[in-house]
Amino acid sequence: MSHHIVEVKNLRYTYPDGTCALKDISFRITHGESVAVVGENGAGKSTLLLHLNGYLMSGNGVIRIGDYPLTKQTVKEIRRTVGMVFQDPDDQLFMPTVYDDVAFGPLNLSLPPEEVDARVDKALSTVGALHLKSRPPYRLSGGEKRSVAIATVLAMSPDILVMDEPTSNLDPRARRKLIELLKTFKHTKIIATHDLDMVMDLCERTIVIHKGQVMSDGPTAETFMNRELLAESHLEKPLRMQGCPVCGKK
Amino acid sequence: MNRIKTAFLELGYIDILSGKDTPVHRIDPRAKLLTTIIFIITVISFNKYEISALIPFFIYPAVMIGLGELPFYYLFRKLLIVTPFAIMIGIFNPLIDREILMHLGTLPISGGWISFTSIMLRFTLTAGSVLVLIACTGFNSVCMALEKMGTPRIFAVQLLFLYRYIFVLIDEASRMTNARSLRSFDGKGKEIKVFSYLIGHLLLRTVDRAQRIYLAMLCRGFDGEIRVNRRLEAGNREVIFTIAWSAFFIAMRFYNLPLIAGRFITERIL
Repeated sequence: MSHHIVEVKNLRYTYPDGTCALKDISFRITHGESVAVVGENGAGKSTLLLHLNGYLMSGNGVIRIGDYPLTKQTVKEIRRTVGMVFQDPDDQLFMPTVYDDVAFGPLNLSLPPEEVDARVDKALSTVGALHLKSRPPYRLSGGEKRSVAIATVLAMSPDILVMDEPTSNLDPRARRKLIELLKTFKHTKIIATHDLDMVMDLCERTIVIHKGQVMSDGPTAETFMNRELLAESHLEKPLRMQGCPVCGKK
Repeated sequence: MNRIKTAFLELGYIDILSGKDTPVHRIDPRAKLLTTIIFIITVISFNKYEISALIPFFIYPAVMIGLGELPFYYLFRKLLIVTPFAIMIGIFNPLIDREILMHLGTLPISGGWISFTSIMLRFTLTAGSVLVLIACTGFNSVCMALEKMGTPRIFAVQLLFLYRYIFVLIDEASRMTNARSLRSFDGKGKEIKVFSYLIGHLLLRTVDRAQRIYLAMLCRGFDGEIRVNRRLEAGNREVIFTIAWSAFFIAMRFYNLPLIAGRFITERIL
């Protein structure tokens, strides 16, 4: 199957105000891979993610999602293929009830009402939020909002999941539950994050971005052992790989 | 807790009320909406000096509050908040219309005061009935009902979005005011200039958020039309509810119940 592939070649992007966010980014992510995109604040992670679903389009560089190059003609199909989970669930949950929100995407795909109902139920039960179905989104806790935000994307049955800081603002247990949930997904996953411990749990491959450029692209374990690379990219070893603060053992 | 946050919780309370399960809550939103509209039309259609004929109309909100188990005092306070607008509309009547229309004992009462009282009564009835409608139906369901009954979709959707994001906006505003008041001392930092910065900042944040929401909508196939999968069911109960109340309102419109009752009693006594 070739349609779960994400390929970015020589991508460059400069914001209208002159900020150069991406300078020559290239990578290829194949079917079923789970890849972390890490880097300091302002490294260009979010800009990169916004390119993957065609929100930003630059003349420089090529993006291929599956069999299609990303162009104005293919953007609709690509948005169905690439499910995007935003950092702030309040941006993603804009409908009056959880049900309406999860049904929003499937209804836009012009599915029949019964199919929409079935998809909503399936997506909500996958993330364990079926009981929230008739609640208004602004009455949910942070963890519940995040689960529902993921369900809204799952209901579109995307092949590729793109997530921006999925574990931010979650308490430790909600974070753990989310990680366990993401582990069960068979989709191709691209996760932009600062939570390097989560990366160790979820992603076998890590792309480090620094000042709009790819610094390294390889297996997560190797990348996190490279002290100089991490320091240069304003990162630190994941806490789990650091010494124990109590006994001092490495 | 700052005042903005209190307003937020108070607004949220009406949602909790609308989630109750009483006979009134179970009625289809469209029936309640239609009944409320007919109620408002009949109330405002009286002539400007009418007072006594308006009194029986209080039966409707009273019954709804009773059956819907709504807290009267809470709704009354919500009503008080908007009262200044109604007072502004009517306050010049007593100054302009000085013709004496009736005497209360020896006190002469001008047409202006009577029409002012009438305006206040009508305001209490109409705004009160809408509050009751929202408290026993829920804002979202009212919007859905509006849309199903033929309001242009764009208006219904605007209202839905307004209600969805008012909570986010209030939350942001209250965080900003907190941040300000924590660093303001002796009235310094509370000037109108700082306030205008806050408002400006809030506007910019709102624009940013609007863009992100639009993006989120695009990601899920938004093409300019918002589709909502919801079936409302109206049966005999709804038809009876609407027709009975409407008939009552229209009857009250043409027959002045207090006047008839008054005559009846005085004739009996005399």
